[in-house]
Amino acid sequence: MAKIVVEVMLKPEILDPQGKAVAAALPRLGFTFAQSVRQGKRFEIEVEGEPTPAQLAEVSRAAETLLANPVIETFVVKVEK
Amino acid sequence: MKVGVVTFPGSLDDRDAARAIRAGGSDAIALWHDDADLHGVDAVILPGGFSYGDYLRCGAISRFAPVMGSIIEKANSGMPVLGICNGFQILCESHLLPGALTQNQGLHFLCTPQTIRIENTSTPWTTDFKQGAEIVIPLKNGEGSFQCDDQTLAALESEGRVIARYVGENPNGSRNLIAGISNARGNVVGLMPHPEHAIDPLTGPTADGLPFFTSILSAMVGK
Repeated sequence: MAKIVVEVMLKPEILDPQGKAVAAALPRLGFTFAQSVRQGKRFEIEVEGEPTPAQLAEVSRAAETLLANPVIETFVVKVEK
Repeated sequence: MKVGVVTFPGSLDDRDAARAIRAGGSDAIALWHDDADLHGVDAVILPGGFSYGDYLRCGAISRFAPVMGSIIEKANSGMPVLGICNGFQILCESHLLPGALTQNQGLHFLCTPQTIRIENTSTPWTTDFKQGAEIVIPLKNGEGSFQCDDQTLAALESEGRVIARYVGENPNGSRNLIAGISNARGNVVGLMPHPEHAIDPLTGPTADGLPFFTSILSAMVGK
C-alpha cells in the first residue's frame, strides 16, 4: 500500500487570515521563531501497490478539479511510503 | 414566471428565497440537489447556507450535484441565475462566475445590516433598481471576501460587471469593495449579502431587497 499526498496552499497573493491568526498566537505562547505562517490542506490517498505515472496524473486531475480551486490555490502531488 | 430555488443538504435560506420570489410576484418552485430535472423553471436562485457543510471549500462539493449540471448548461444558454452568499460561492466554484470567495479578512463571521450600492441595473436581477441606489440588506457570512487576479478585476470593472459594491468600510476584504458581480452575458449574478432577508420591514432591516425579486419578473415579462 502506498500513500499519495496532495498538499494544497493558498496562492501567495491571496490573504490567509487563518495563517495570520496562528502567526499572532505563537508569540503569545512564547514561540518567537515565526516570521509568518501560511495554513494549507493535506490529503492522504491510499492506493494499492506502487502508484503508476498514469495514476499520479489522474490524482493531479482530481486535485485540479475538486481538491484545489486553481483560482486561489496551488497544489503538489507526491508519493509517501 | 417560475423561479426555482435549489435546496442542497445544508441550505438555510431556501425558504426565505422562495418567500421573496412569491413577494416579487413569481411562483417559487422547489428544486432538489439530487434531481437534475429543473421542472420547467424560467430562472433559478441558489440560496445561502452551508451546503455540504462547507466541507473542502464553500460550494466545492455542491458544484458537482446533479442539479448543477442542468443549471450550468441552462445558464450558459442564457437562463437567469442568482446565487446569494453560499449560492455565489457555488457559482464561482462552477466557473459560471470568475474569482472566488475567501475567508473574511477579520476572521469573524459577520451578521449585520450592510449598505450596498447597485452599480449595474441591466441584469435581469437588478432592472427594477435605480442606477446608484444605496440599499441596506443583511450581510451574513464567514467567507465573503471576493478575490480574483488583477486581469479579471480589470475586466469586471471595465465591462460594468460589478453589480453591487459595499458602501463605507470594507466589511470583509473584498477586492474593490465588490459585493456582487455578473457573468459577461449578465444573466448569472452572484451577490454576497442577502436581499431575500429584506423584503418586509416586519422581518428584515428594510424591504430594500425586494427589487431583486420583482426585477426577474419585469425582465422576463418585458422580453
